[in-house]
Amino acid sequence: MSTTDTTLPPVTAERRMTPAEMFRQRMFGHRGFLLGAGLMLLIVLIAIFAPLLAPHDPFTQTLSARMLPPVWSEGGNWDYILGTDQNGRDYLSRLIYGTRVSITIGLGAATVGMLIGVTLGVLAGYFGGWIDHGISFLLTAQLALPGLLLAMALVFIIGPSIWVVIGIVGVLHWTYYLVVTRAATQRIRSQDFVAAAAASGATSRQIIWHEILPNLLSQIIVIFTFELGIAILAESSLSFLGVGIQPPTPSWGLMIAEGKQAMFYRPWLVILPGICLFLLVIGANLMGDGLRDITSPEGRNE
Amino acid sequence: MTLLDIQNLDITLSLPNGPLHVVRDVSLSLAKGEALGIVGESGSGKSMTALALMRLLPRSASCTAARMAFDGQDLPALDGPAFTAAIPGPKIGMIFQEPMTSLNPVYTIGRQMTEAAVARGLLSVPEARQKAVALLDRVGIPDPQDRMAQYPHQLSGGQRQRVMIAMTLMLDPDLLIADEPTTALDVTVQAQILDLLDDLRRERQMGLILISHDLAVVAQRTDRVAVMYMGELVEQGSAQDVLFEPRHDYTKALLAAIPRLDGPPRHAGDSAATDEVIAARDVTRRFTSRKGLFGPKRETLALDGVSLSVKRGETLALIGESGSGKSTLARILLGLDQPDAGEVRMLDRPVADLAPTDRAAFVQPVFQDPYTSLNPRRRLAEIIARPLVLRDEGDRASRLAAVEEAMERVRLPARLLHAYPSQLSGGQRQRVAIARALVTRPQALICDEPTSALDVSVQAQILDLLDELRRDMGLTCLLVTHDMAVVHEVADRIAVMYRGRIVEEGSAEAVLSNPSNDYTARLLAAAPRFGETAEDRQVAR
Amino acid sequence: MLRYIALRGLLALLVAFTVSLAAFLLLNVAADPAQAIAGEDATPEVVETIRARYGLDRPLAVRYADWLGGVVQGDFGESYYWHKPVASLVADRADETITLAFSALAVTILIAIPLGALAALNPNSWIDRLALGVAVSAQAVPNFWLGLIMIILFAVMVPIFPVSGDDSWRHFVLPAFVLGASSVPAVMRLTRTGLIEVMGADYIRTARSKGFRGWQLLRRHALRNAILPVISVLAVQLGQKFGGSVITESIFAINGLGRLALESILGADIPTVQMLIFVFAIVFVAMNLLADILNAALDPRIRIG
Repeated sequence: MSTTDTTLPPVTAERRMTPAEMFRQRMFGHRGFLLGAGLMLLIVLIAIFAPLLAPHDPFTQTLSARMLPPVWSEGGNWDYILGTDQNGRDYLSRLIYGTRVSITIGLGAATVGMLIGVTLGVLAGYFGGWIDHGISFLLTAQLALPGLLLAMALVFIIGPSIWVVIGIVGVLHWTYYLVVTRAATQRIRSQDFVAAAAASGATSRQIIWHEILPNLLSQIIVIFTFELGIAILAESSLSFLGVGIQPPTPSWGLMIAEGKQAMFYRPWLVILPGICLFLLVIGANLMGDGLRDITSPEGRNE
Repeated sequence: MTLLDIQNLDITLSLPNGPLHVVRDVSLSLAKGEALGIVGESGSGKSMTALALMRLLPRSASCTAARMAFDGQDLPALDGPAFTAAIPGPKIGMIFQEPMTSLNPVYTIGRQMTEAAVARGLLSVPEARQKAVALLDRVGIPDPQDRMAQYPHQLSGGQRQRVMIAMTLMLDPDLLIADEPTTALDVTVQAQILDLLDDLRRERQMGLILISHDLAVVAQRTDRVAVMYMGELVEQGSAQDVLFEPRHDYTKALLAAIPRLDGPPRHAGDSAATDEVIAARDVTRRFTSRKGLFGPKRETLALDGVSLSVKRGETLALIGESGSGKSTLARILLGLDQPDAGEVRMLDRPVADLAPTDRAAFVQPVFQDPYTSLNPRRRLAEIIARPLVLRDEGDRASRLAAVEEAMERVRLPARLLHAYPSQLSGGQRQRVAIARALVTRPQALICDEPTSALDVSVQAQILDLLDELRRDMGLTCLLVTHDMAVVHEVADRIAVMYRGRIVEEGSAEAVLSNPSNDYTARLLAAAPRFGETAEDRQVAR
Repeated sequence: MLRYIALRGLLALLVAFTVSLAAFLLLNVAADPAQAIAGEDATPEVVETIRARYGLDRPLAVRYADWLGGVVQGDFGESYYWHKPVASLVADRADETITLAFSALAVTILIAIPLGALAALNPNSWIDRLALGVAVSAQAVPNFWLGLIMIILFAVMVPIFPVSGDDSWRHFVLPAFVLGASSVPAVMRLTRTGLIEVMGADYIRTARSKGFRGWQLLRRHALRNAILPVISVLAVQLGQKFGGSVITESIFAINGLGRLALESILGADIPTVQMLIFVFAIVFVAMNLLADILNAALDPRIRIG
């Protein structure tokens, strides 16, 4: 075989790229994606190495050092770079540990939503008929539910903990996955390669796992990135309203609520955690937008 | 007198990975009342040339020309508003390939017909309506008065294309450009639309540019033909000269590749075998559909008591237009759909008794669109081996050997074993689909329009390949198609479907030369063909 | 057309019923409501007393049937916390929230639609990039934080608008902006992609070949087609504004339904929470029904099947 290969003209110039090569090439040409992915990577690293990076223990209260301003303001000092909160805890350390809460809840809730939404979406798109009608009805009902209100009520009744927040935020955020995977499954199901598999005796299960899911993967990843941001914002809203993460755990939403009382004369207590949230969520969104740009032309005419 | 004169036209598309010259150094001219055909495969730049003339190029395109004049008027000299006021509409009208989407779905036919003339202040509203009704009548729309109040989705594809033609005539253009006007339509409708265009241009002394990928369509209805290839004009001349004395190699290849309807069919149709490999007995299939959750139920009878048998070693062509039920029958024969009544037998055993994977070892499909018939996320080795994996047949090594053998049979180089479908051309993909169908060593292939999504030059190769495989492997073949020329090329026997029934069945020779059914005759008459053979022309001289 | 509306209406009712059932089940099954009312530290005896007093010891089906029977007659039960009929509590506070929701929608429309349309008509221009930037940032800003920043900004630095209360229209400017901003990304993106899609459609090419360009082309052939999906998304957004009023009202001290919701949740006032969820769902469903009807009126493909 290798002997015949050498007689063929060199393929490098004419050769078309594999999907992976194409992905890599587009990825490094997409500024938004690189920025978003860079931000996400940085924040994940901060979350993992929080104990090494935080200058103080985030829970230790130093009553003599309450409400210190950041280092650039009058009265600030280098010991507490971003100042302290009303209990005298180092704000920088609390912000650093806050990444852990946000990222854990974001990943957890986006995964829960994905499991529900993708399962329903594939079932509705693949089987159609009454299954599709039923699931579409479920979708309409879910959209009609006031999500934040229900989440607040449920977290309050069940009792707030990180796992309850993950579960409830996840259970209420599956519609986007459903809408996209249902439409994509319908489209893929009508393609001839699915018919070819069925004509070769493949069962529905084999078709879903082998033919359909691999083709949904890029879209699922894109939605996962967006939902990550949405879940992080949902957690911060719940914590801000007092029905999410409970003190003394450092959650950015909760820190904003705690800083609210003093916001007119110590505005950084509110501004700093908000900026952290903004950076994390914008990182996720830029990454999602970028991934969509990179993966969406399915390379049909490429 | 020259109506249109284009000299040295260049069009460049700026793409992310560099500029692409889609049209290079094209010079065309057209006399008043003359019909010019522009022929080329997809991507040859034929549509771009027309769009440049109308200033309808996409934003990313830029065009330059040494001269571009219409009716003595220098076009590049006109600024935007002056060009819009003078040229598109009153001077040059254009109709497009997709009649389904070329009309605005939310406005009535009447409004869309009349708006340009009224907005330009050429006619009052009642005058415009009167003219529109007259034109709709002229293009063959029944009850034109009532149609004015209807919306595009209430019309059939052929009717919409007629409306498009009537709409461009509202402004009495001096030149009509038709860009693949019939590609999306059924053959019987195709011929009617082309004849209508031909009549209209003669009656109105109007110039016509007919753009098509189909040389036969163009040559029949135009005075002169220009052939484009890879953005360049490779040949231009009278329709007769281009057809019968082509000078450029590409034109020759294009002509040679067109399946011909004239002359005796290639296959004698002498299959002595009588055992039925696949047979459908009184197969009936109904579809019920409803709009939305509570919409009214609609029932359509896709197959109405169809009986058909394919005998060992033969190629049976199943012909019909879209909606005739031919694809539904193919799906049922493949086991992808179940009949409501009747049964399918394979080698005289009811297919219902066969396990799906056994059925798969017996009959395999080849589909129309090679771009959707391969899973884009899998490598070729996996795609071709999949039927074996599903059957749990052999081990890794033996499956790889089977894949390599199948690839060799369809003449795909072994180095493509680990390539993805997106790295292949259309013709190569169709070879992969055939290799996948062969890997289980089936007795029969069911090919659903296997060549209609491919360029003509590739079509011929795939047809030859199928024919060769049939001979070498003793395959039985059911070929579903709407293309009479393809049928002529490869079929032993022919069955014609119309509205869910088989209306005619017989040897290829008998059906093609002497159709007994009315519908078959119409279908044959409508198929594009060369007006005369080369020999006929010699005699005429 | 009438049949279409009737069927849509029926479906809407069915959705509202399902939502009420789901909310009822979630609130009563996920945890013990009596325990939630009594608080975590309550003794078992106290919990049992509460259970008996509010009839929570009856089977779930009986309680739901009881609740639904009341709803049909306009009786949503009595608040555990304020000891008043829930319906009158809600009626008293609905005004503020309706004002807030509609003015927020107006803010969304005023920002998102012009920006999206300009971006679509000038792809890859500075305005397109600006619009994308606005969308991406607005999506990433926590809504409650934006509210607080507005308060800091307007209370301390430029005190033109009041930052708390609901006495005059000026009180609604900041809350409407904050609540409206949250819908800008979705509406703007949809306007932009919808218009880009329409401008690339075959029928627009047809209109251009008839000599229509610029504003005439837009007005005659693009606007109605492009507006169809925007109507639907605006309905969804308006429906969500009611639910979203929880945060805005609590930050800006507006005495509307959102604040009532927060107070009743923190007071474990299940009848009030239940009614609010039901009311918000009804509003959402009604808005969508309205959008469906509007779409049918504008799109003959729906009107004449």
